[in-house]
Amino acid sequence: MKKPELLVTPTDVAHIEQLAQAGANAVIIGEQRYGLRLAGEFSRQDIIDAMHVARKYGVRVYVAMNALFHNDKVDELSDYVRFLSEQQVDAIVFGDPAVLMTVREVAPHMKLHWNTETTATNWYACNYWGRKGAKRAVLARELNMEEIIDIKKHAEVEIEVQVHGMTCMFQSKRSLIGNYFEYQGKFMEVQQMKYAKGLFLYDKERDNKYPIFEDENGTHIMSPNDICIIDELEDMIDAEIDSFKIDGVLHEPDYITEVTKLYRRAIDLCTENREQYEEEKGELLARIEAIQPKHRPLDTGFFFKETVY
Amino acid sequence: MSISQIIDGKRVIVKKPELLAPAGNLEKLKVAVHYGADAVFIGGQEYGLRSNADNFTLEEMAEGVQFAKKYGAKIYVTTNIYAHNENIPGLEDYLRGLERVGVHGIIVADPLIIETARRVAPKLEVHLSTQQSLTNWKAVQFWKEEGLERVVLARETSAEEIREIKEKVDIEIETFIHGAMCIAYSGRCVLSNHMTARDSNRGGCCQSCRWDYDLYKLEGDQAMALFDENDDPFAMSPKDLNLIQSIPKMIELGIDSLKIEGRMKSIHYVATVVSVYRKVIDAYCADPDNFVIRKEWLDELDKCANRDTAPAFFEGVPGYKEQMFGVHSKKTTYDFVGLVLDYDKQTGIVTLQQRNFFKPGDEVEFFGPEIENFTQVIEKIWDEEGNELDAARHPLQIVRFKVDREVFPYNMMRKGH
Repeated sequence: MKKPELLVTPTDVAHIEQLAQAGANAVIIGEQRYGLRLAGEFSRQDIIDAMHVARKYGVRVYVAMNALFHNDKVDELSDYVRFLSEQQVDAIVFGDPAVLMTVREVAPHMKLHWNTETTATNWYACNYWGRKGAKRAVLARELNMEEIIDIKKHAEVEIEVQVHGMTCMFQSKRSLIGNYFEYQGKFMEVQQMKYAKGLFLYDKERDNKYPIFEDENGTHIMSPNDICIIDELEDMIDAEIDSFKIDGVLHEPDYITEVTKLYRRAIDLCTENREQYEEEKGELLARIEAIQPKHRPLDTGFFFKETVY
Repeated sequence: MSISQIIDGKRVIVKKPELLAPAGNLEKLKVAVHYGADAVFIGGQEYGLRSNADNFTLEEMAEGVQFAKKYGAKIYVTTNIYAHNENIPGLEDYLRGLERVGVHGIIVADPLIIETARRVAPKLEVHLSTQQSLTNWKAVQFWKEEGLERVVLARETSAEEIREIKEKVDIEIETFIHGAMCIAYSGRCVLSNHMTARDSNRGGCCQSCRWDYDLYKLEGDQAMALFDENDDPFAMSPKDLNLIQSIPKMIELGIDSLKIEGRMKSIHYVATVVSVYRKVIDAYCADPDNFVIRKEWLDELDKCANRDTAPAFFEGVPGYKEQMFGVHSKKTTYDFVGLVLDYDKQTGIVTLQQRNFFKPGDEVEFFGPEIENFTQVIEKIWDEEGNELDAARHPLQIVRFKVDREVFPYNMMRKGH
């Protein structure tokens, strides 16, 4: 039975080794200048170092260039793409067509993964970007299991699905945290608070906590719960989804490593010994619950949720 | 094509941008066109992003297209959802229908709809929706190569960025000039999905960004409030866009279409905003070098504003003053109270459809494309049968009363608070 790739997000170069040992098949790295909401910040030198570690363990390296670019960065895209091509990274993750155009010009053999996070919602769009040059589509997190499997059935590109972690709900170009402190007249605190860690918005009515942070790409607001479907992998494995992603953004490296180990076990069992998986999956879920940070409840995202419009 | 030419020793603008207005239903469409819109965008029963709006049936669209044609105006249909698999059946028929009723173009975000339209309804122009959050010239170049006639830029693009895009890519550019805005990059916000299980990118947006939140910071496992009981809560509600002061610059940049937001807004709003921008654009194009913004235009816009307004990203990334904290809405200063149906020049009697309560003694204001605004104190009011009324109390009731100056069908009557 086909095993999906287990794709994870390291926080730094050293972490890649731990994740490889925990069973990761691939990692996503990059820097916020080009990539969105990464678990760690990887300079060009870090990418060179990451490639050494990754090659040693046979782990694939994908580099995030999925920001929404304004004109000011368009000219430098080609230099970065060329650099990534020289390092022979395994793929570039993009959302903005400017990246696709740049790759066509300077590194036409580079593999591309299409990931806008919210707009890969039907199989036609996935195949469209496939015809434009993408090898993989990363599905929107707001799809249910049936939709995901139906997309895979019709897809001419690889399909990646996030199975664990936080997702982004909102990105603004405005400095929303900084603006709030400025509005309150707390000008001295703006710089410090803008980039503070551990900030969240509290929604009284739903009793939800939404992590919020600012970076070069603007203000990001994240989901109140971490997706966890370690005990619900059967249907997607049977549908031969190509890649399962664990997103570790805003989590500690040890947590990401442990979750990687548990999903490794889950995928291996689910593909090789379904009976044992059925027996053990509750325990795997319990082990994640045991290490879950206090303010991050688990849920199953949109996999089993009805959305209306 | 140059923007301006010297004609008889005077510079005039020869490339006049399209004024594009919203319309939530047929009546609003007619008002928008009558008040001077060059084009109107509307939503159909499916595939658009305002599932709460009235929206148009194909028959209504056909009527709208015919009405607009008399004025030389175009109709575009917003077809800008990000579709799910379940939305694919029916799409071809829907697009063929739009083409059949003579719609000029569609505003689209999803490549599924772009390519399907090309295949089954090739007469429709395809415009890329702001839902694609198009922010750079190279991405614009991509969509040009895909054969699109026009792109609507992200609301986050500045004047300088638009200038560079215009220089580098030969494609029609449409940008927003007025109305409510997303505070997130459009198409990249799923707050509604998470908070209310309504799909924002298929028209279910419940505007969670307009709600209040409390900002906390985690210290270890402890959540510390970063606000005081007396502080206004965290908010991310943007002021509405208003680029009236920037229209000259936008025209000189060669922007092809200037767009007003608001398919959910009233006919009074549509009429007021369209007529003001019509005057600004016409005045600037006729004599750009002696143009000044008139105070009465600004006052007029204010009469239908339900939020404070700001120029947003056109001149750079907006700061806290362009957001709303604490108080969320501004009470409009005027109510729309009646729509003129007819006027008898001999008797000076107007026939008017009531849209809000008014009574003898009220001072009201008339406005419309054929007239200069004027105020009038209402004397006796009669119903259709000639019975005198103590007030015009009933919505859509037809009433008559004396008006000193000539008014025309579709002129509107408003009343200050």
